[in-house]
Amino acid sequence: MVNVTRGFRSRRFATDDRLPPGQYLTDGFPVLSAGPTPAVPQDEWSFMVRNGGQVLRSWAWDEFMALDAQDITVDIHCVTRWSRLDTTWRGVAVDDLLADVDTAAEYVLARSYGGYTTNLPLEDLLDGKAWIAYEHDGEDLPPEHGGPARLLIPHLYLWKSAKWIKSLDLVEDDDPGFWETLGYHDYGDPWREQRYQGD
Amino acid sequence: MTEHRDGNSLAGALADIFAAEITSAQVQCRACGLATTLAQLLVYGPEPGYVGRCPGCAEHVLRVAKTPAGTWLDLGGSTSLLFSTMAPSPTGAASSARTGRVSS
Ligand SMILES: [Zn+2]
Repeated sequence: MVNVTRGFRSRRFATDDRLPPGQYLTDGFPVLSAGPTPAVPQDEWSFMVRNGGQVLRSWAWDEFMALDAQDITVDIHCVTRWSRLDTTWRGVAVDDLLADVDTAAEYVLARSYGGYTTNLPLEDLLDGKAWIAYEHDGEDLPPEHGGPARLLIPHLYLWKSAKWIKSLDLVEDDDPGFWETLGYHDYGDPWREQRYQGD
Repeated sequence: MTEHRDGNSLAGALADIFAAEITSAQVQCRACGLATTLAQLLVYGPEPGYVGRCPGCAEHVLRVAKTPAGTWLDLGGSTSLLFSTMAPSPTGAASSARTGRVSS
């Protein structure tokens, strides 16, 4: 009896501890879309790193699959207030994709197939904090969740984890992206509840 | 899977900005030049915001987001909005009063 109670309490504490303010837990994976789901066959997919319009790196699908991949288990938090714990992904660390890139840029504009954009500080993509993910739950990432591949940057609200990622553009200025130009926060830290401009 | 609704779903979101019946206004897409009514836009949302896309080229023509600060409206994907004094309406006679309100 005592053990059950203690187990229950400690699990609740652990969950509460991982749920940012204003969020609720869900087991589902809601799909929010701002446009039609791009259909990008793997053999037509490519991913680039660009700097000032110049392509520094580019990978076709087979080349990307040959890169060292990591299995990732993270909590994700959507600005529309749902959170999921222990989601599992497989992908390539952005650290590896930007290794040896020499740049004065301090920001990144992530660009997607279909035209979506989101802006990020470069340092938030480094040191094991972000990946280009192509599997979820042990399966190919489905198109409605951003497949063939999406950015995964779980320490920020999920709109920063651009679906259908096409390139990371290294830029000197922090130009706001798709939602950041329509009232949403420039940075989007769920633990500081940075949902909207002014938060 | 049907991902979008038609532009009539924008009516509520825009009601506190435009007194006129916005969904019958004509909007021209900046990307391809196609002129449609707002009701003909392909609308995604409502969260994080409404995105009205051109039925011709799928570029976003209009975006609306509701935040605690208020209603954010982006018309950057359009070149113009026409609020016609002779607004046609699919509902026929019942709409003549609305048309009058648009032109007043
Ligand atoms: Zn168009």
